Amino acid sequence: MSRIIKLRKGLNISLKGSAEKILGKVPMSETYAVKPSDFPGLTPRLCVKQGDEVKAGTPVFFDKNADKIKFVSPVSGVVEAINRGERRKLLEVVIKPDAEQVSEKYEITADLSESREQIIELITKSGNWSFIKQRPYGIIANPNDKPKSIFISGFDTAPLLFDIDFVLSEQQQYFQKGIDVLGKLTDGKVHLGVDVNDFASCLNNIKNAEITLFSGKHPAGNVGVQIHHIDPVNKGDIVWTVDAQHVAMLGRFFSTGVYDAHKIIALCGSKVKRAQYYRIITGAKITAFSDLIDHDGSVRYISGNVLTGTAVNKDGYMGFYANRLSVIPEGDKYEFLGWAAPRLSKFSASKSYFSWLTPNKLYDLDTNLNGGERAFVVSNQYEKVLPMDIYPVYLLKAIFAENIDKMEQLGIYEVIEEDLALCEFVCTSKIQVQAMLRKGIELMIKEMS
Amino acid sequence: MKFLHRFINKIKPSFEKGGKFSKLHSVFEGFETFLFVPNTVTAQGVHIRDCVDLKRIMSVVVFALMPCLLFGMWNTGYQHFRSVGLVQNPADAVQSFWTIFWFGFWKVLPIIVVSYVVGLGVEFTAAQIRGHEINEGFLVSGMLIPLIMPADIPLWMVALATIFAVVIGKEVFGGTGMNIWNPALLARAFIFFSYPSQISGDKVWIAGLTEGTGVIDGFSGATPLAIATGGTGDTAASMTVESLQQQLPSIYDMFMGFIPGSIGETSKLAILLGAIVLLITGVGSWRIMLATVIGALGVGYLCNLFAANPYMALPPYYHLLMGGFAFGAVFMATDPVTASQTNTGKWIYGLLLGMIIVVIRIFNPAYPEGVMLAILLMNTFAPLIDYYVVGANINRRLKRAKAKS
Repeated sequence: MSRIIKLRKGLNISLKGSAEKILGKVPMSETYAVKPSDFPGLTPRLCVKQGDEVKAGTPVFFDKNADKIKFVSPVSGVVEAINRGERRKLLEVVIKPDAEQVSEKYEITADLSESREQIIELITKSGNWSFIKQRPYGIIANPNDKPKSIFISGFDTAPLLFDIDFVLSEQQQYFQKGIDVLGKLTDGKVHLGVDVNDFASCLNNIKNAEITLFSGKHPAGNVGVQIHHIDPVNKGDIVWTVDAQHVAMLGRFFSTGVYDAHKIIALCGSKVKRAQYYRIITGAKITAFSDLIDHDGSVRYISGNVLTGTAVNKDGYMGFYANRLSVIPEGDKYEFLGWAAPRLSKFSASKSYFSWLTPNKLYDLDTNLNGGERAFVVSNQYEKVLPMDIYPVYLLKAIFAENIDKMEQLGIYEVIEEDLALCEFVCTSKIQVQAMLRKGIELMIKEMS
Repeated sequence: MKFLHRFINKIKPSFEKGGKFSKLHSVFEGFETFLFVPNTVTAQGVHIRDCVDLKRIMSVVVFALMPCLLFGMWNTGYQHFRSVGLVQNPADAVQSFWTIFWFGFWKVLPIIVVSYVVGLGVEFTAAQIRGHEINEGFLVSGMLIPLIMPADIPLWMVALATIFAVVIGKEVFGGTGMNIWNPALLARAFIFFSYPSQISGDKVWIAGLTEGTGVIDGFSGATPLAIATGGTGDTAASMTVESLQQQLPSIYDMFMGFIPGSIGETSKLAILLGAIVLLITGVGSWRIMLATVIGALGVGYLCNLFAANPYMALPPYYHLLMGGFAFGAVFMATDPVTASQTNTGKWIYGLLLGMIIVVIRIFNPAYPEGVMLAILLMNTFAPLIDYYVVGANINRRLKRAKAKS
């Protein structure tokens, strides 16, 4: 019997436009992009130029500080553009796919008899290493480290459901293979967190992983919260984390030897006409979904979920780690005496509004800030939505003061932006918690290296 | 509302940089955002935001203060007419309800106006100098200040105290959210120490009593706390706790608030209504309120056990009904900025606060009321309490790391 961990703190935000459990097809995008900005802390070095022909799995850039780690083209085709921003910062490598897709192939034994070094070599060379992130800091793992354990969250609790069980249902053998591969990378355990209510989940049959059942509201599905309760990150510890779908993709690579960037995403949000799941190739241009979205008025397209995702343009690209394309209305309008109004159609974790009386209602929230930025005033607001033994406000104040020792003492190694995203959502003072935290993490990386 | 919005947009340019009234930019922005929640959208981080903001939180507190304010106005009139012999008890007052209320209304309104005008004036100026948006904090302080003043307080004193509270109590630290002491209490402390005769004694609590015209013979304006102080020191020898209880107003009168005292503090019923609003909305901390009550009752019981004089023998619940205890525990101690901010800290803060209030009341005859001083003292120590609570968290983390290695 697996261990059950009950989390009381947290907050579920029920939004309109959850994806139905139907897998749809969209035509191939006109272009695909690989974006360095998807990988925090990365300094990219290009290895293709405009007009080059690439296969799916051909490196397009690598990490300047760890040249083993390659970032590869998701499709075969021609490098159409290399877009740069201010000071020639590399923004995206755009690839136009061929009609006929060819992929890089690798020799892999069927019984996984390779050594740890050979496996790491295979993963880095093939461009699959970017699946593996590390705690602390939430950056791509260093292949030279040996993590004390590896964590995978088997459920996603962020707003607008992304059902990992549904997504993995046809890839269970690949997921198992991925777990086996990860098991070779650590001397510790591979941990898999599963929603206690998901007893039918295919993840419950997975072997070679320590399954822990979680019950609770968002962010119970965040891998950081699960690490905190199972095997917390102390100073000097390194833990690796992999997104569940990426585990299956890793397993698929080790089963077939072929680089394959197909993944399933949920198209969701109140501005979507038919919210359901779609199979795409990583880095797809979102214009592929254009017909499925209601573009009336101003609309925000988010690669990822509404709490942690990245806003993209109407013709932008899906992020590398994004499992959702969330489309919601922009909130760029004025509201007369809004702060005094009953606001029955808006959602608040505060009981000064009435949404706590209608817990089953679905809300159509826009992107309005609903107020102005202020100093911290209300206390105990962040703690209510963070199921970790951490004082987030004190941590943020330490970051603000750039006090490295205090940041370390108050637990900066244990959190990344997604863990504090709800704190930012509920904040009365409208403080930009995630941006502040990333600033602190960047400072830690700089000072500790 | 389109018309109003068009008007605002029309005059907006003259308040922006380079405009005719650019010096009033913060004030304009303050009024604009008061009328219309701006169209600002989330730029980075979360894409959706909770619809709560500081304006909402502050207006909930002001709303919760309304029962105290309305009752306070009525009671100001009632106490006055009682002193001149026109009414004897609340039942008499039913017929002349509006006369009584209007008397109090005109007595209290100027204090509120002075408090808001002066306080917001300082606040606007400070925001403009710093180029900040105007903070909503004073909306609450501006209402609290009148409610903890005696009805007969000279208006210039209110103005002076408000300036002191906002400038020294808040703005020098960086404005709302940065202050150490509760600004409203600081205003009261300022008057208490600068003009003690205006805010202590038996006469100041009832409108017109200091002047003394028409006051009936033998009328005393003493507050319950002043009477209770009689149960200590030299006067205590000739007294038993029963005779002290007889001198004090009835439990019913003290609960309902038909007693002299600061404008908003007398009615425990009105305060209770406000407390319910704060607790349901979660704006006020139930931990602090409960801990303060437990702390006061605890010391009250201890004093009963070792009663050396009638005041010490007074049943502990009297402390909840006398003076500003209830008002302080519900509206002052729970100020999120100046109270402890950790949950454990809130318990410690509240318990100590309740204990110190009763200790000051009983053992320091110089100050019949201990609430103001106790809260200001605990405000001072709140960061220290939090420091140790957070320190415990740091130690847990260190211990965990050691246990592993």
